[in-house]
Amino acid sequence: MSLRIVVAVKYVPDATGDRHFAEDLTTDRDAVDGLLSELDEYAVEQALQIAEEADDAEITVLTVGPEDAKDALRKALSMGADQAVHVEDDALHGTDALGTSLVLAKAIEHTGYDLVVCGMASTDGTMGVLPAMLAERLGVPQVTLLSEVKVEDGKVTGRRDGDAASEQLEAQLPAVVSVTDQSGEARYPSFKGIMAAKKKKVESLDLSDLGIEEDEVGLAGAWTKVDSAAERPARTAGTIVTDEGEGGKQLAAFLAEQKFI
Amino acid sequence: MGEVLVYVDHVDGAVRKPTLELLTLARRIGEPVAVHLGPGADTAQATLAGHGAVKVLTADLPEFAEYLVAPKVDALEQAVAAVSPVAVLVPSSAEGKEIAARLAVRLGSGIITDAVDLESGDEGPVATQSVFAAAFTTKSRVTKGVPVITVKPNSAAPEAAPAAGTVEQLAVTVGEKSTGTKVVSRTPRESTGRPELTEAAIVVSGGRGVNGAENFKVIEDLADSLGAAVGASRAAVDAGWYPHSNQVGQTGKSVSPQLYIASGISGAIQHRAGMQTSKTIVAINKDPEAPIFELVDYGVVGDLFEVVPQLTDEVKARKG
Ligand SMILES: Cc1cc2nc3c(=O)[nH]c(=O)nc-3n(C[C@H](O)[C@H](O)[C@H](O)COP(=O)(O)OP(=O)(O)OC[C@H]3O[C@@H](n4cnc5c(N)ncnc54)[C@H](O)[C@@H]3O)c2cc1C
Ligand SMILES: Nc1ncnc2c1ncn2[C@@H]1O[C@H](COP(=O)(O)O)[C@@H](O)[C@H]1O
Repeated sequence: MSLRIVVAVKYVPDATGDRHFAEDLTTDRDAVDGLLSELDEYAVEQALQIAEEADDAEITVLTVGPEDAKDALRKALSMGADQAVHVEDDALHGTDALGTSLVLAKAIEHTGYDLVVCGMASTDGTMGVLPAMLAERLGVPQVTLLSEVKVEDGKVTGRRDGDAASEQLEAQLPAVVSVTDQSGEARYPSFKGIMAAKKKKVESLDLSDLGIEEDEVGLAGAWTKVDSAAERPARTAGTIVTDEGEGGKQLAAFLAEQKFI
Repeated sequence: MGEVLVYVDHVDGAVRKPTLELLTLARRIGEPVAVHLGPGADTAQATLAGHGAVKVLTADLPEFAEYLVAPKVDALEQAVAAVSPVAVLVPSSAEGKEIAARLAVRLGSGIITDAVDLESGDEGPVATQSVFAAAFTTKSRVTKGVPVITVKPNSAAPEAAPAAGTVEQLAVTVGEKSTGTKVVSRTPRESTGRPELTEAAIVVSGGRGVNGAENFKVIEDLADSLGAAVGASRAAVDAGWYPHSNQVGQTGKSVSPQLYIASGISGAIQHRAGMQTSKTIVAINKDPEAPIFELVDYGVVGDLFEVVPQLTDEVKARKG
């Protein structure tokens, strides 16, 4: 039977743009162009490599997000994924991590899976919690933050480089995996890939398709509330000197004045 | 006042500094109860009690080391059931965030990650977060369930506050589904003898401008003269000049030291995301237009191979 891989990808505002909050204190998605989160490209890449190794595999890319999030799916499809699922619903605006994990978990179950592959964190929220939440909700092993991953004989193995140690992990499928930006550069879509992506199937789902009530998600259903968001005051302009032979000493004098030495 | 569970980050009973910060913050919203999993609770007891823990709940099961994350979630979930806390605080390490995430799903609780400050409010604890590469500061609350909050290192100065810190055994049943991910082997990181990057008061980082693994000695020498940790930009890490565990930035460590010194680093948004909340920022870069200079309290436009060794000598001289 074919290996069913679902890759969860997020559509995010470009990190190099000037990101802001909207009036309701959700991420302002209009102010800055969006794109496929760069960290999720690594997830798509590893899924493609796993599929190449398997006899028979099928990759579905999944996103929960607004209409424009289709761009992220197209990009993943042009890299080589087979099909896409887009969960889109007006009621989703303002959904927090717990709500998103609920929607993703239902959509993954709806699609059918042996392996879920995620990025290490989204580049906008940077929480890095979704993969663990998905494992919890799906009731399957969590094999996360891998810098190396392999799937063989119904098992996933990988290396997790943690703070205190580097660990070799192993779990039976089905499982949820997340990969870091150390897992290997993502490929660029080829022209052929871009053309082929246009014909690939994108299934659209809304909350009712997934049996989720509106009040379980969205701003109203969120389990956290942002009360205020303030732009960080610009740092007061510092002193800048040009080294003319004494730069190191001048810097030392500054550090001494600040009581660091 | 209610009790606040604090998850203890430790190595065989040696409590890491972020946990002491958590205990300090916990005292603002309630009475800290420490949860110490794995060996060494008796060693940790004095430190935890010295920083305000009224109780230390402990369990030492082999499953905590043999399987990834989930058995620890079982333990914490059972500690919540035993104590009925007003909040659960977990250090914002990679593992800490994953534990918190699963706990939140199980408890049906909202979660806030990477708080940099915490205060008590009329409707429960209020967390300060620094978002969009530290361009914004937000204040948030959990509105459902027992608030689960992860807190970044260096968010508070640890304060001594003697308390009873009575050690109590926590009975933990590891769930059937919690032993799915086996830790087949574990290779501890070799210690460099330098402070932990995320905990250090001073961080000295090098980037592409350092131009070679062997040249990182220049950065290390400065770090050692200041008793600092060494960081690196992703460009330096990707080039293989310095280990990934020292990377500062969005996909590396996020640091918030008293002093950050960047040499040969341009200051890309993804690097800034990991260091912008540092108290004092200093940069050495030969390009006067480098964006890092927008952040600095003091900047030197110059060649790092001239400036840094001179600075190191001067630091050593001044320290005598
Ligand atoms: C998804 C994603 C995640 C990322 N995560 C991170 C991250 O976690 N951390 C991170 O750092 N980056 C990260 N990056 C990469 C980031 O965008 C930059 O490419 C990187 O930070 C650049 O590193 P650098 O400043 O060392 O190199 P460069 O940008 O090449 O800058 C080198 C600087 O050194 C100066 N220089 C050269 N020689 C000398 C000399 N002799 N003396 C003084 N100055 C000199 C130059 O003027 C230049 O300003 C990420 C990127 C992406 C897309
Ligand atoms: N809205 C979303 N749609 C699809 N996948 C997502 C979404 N949000 C997060 N993810 C996945 O979860 C990972 C971690 O996200 P986060 O916990 O938000 O940092 C990402 O790298 C994605 O793989």
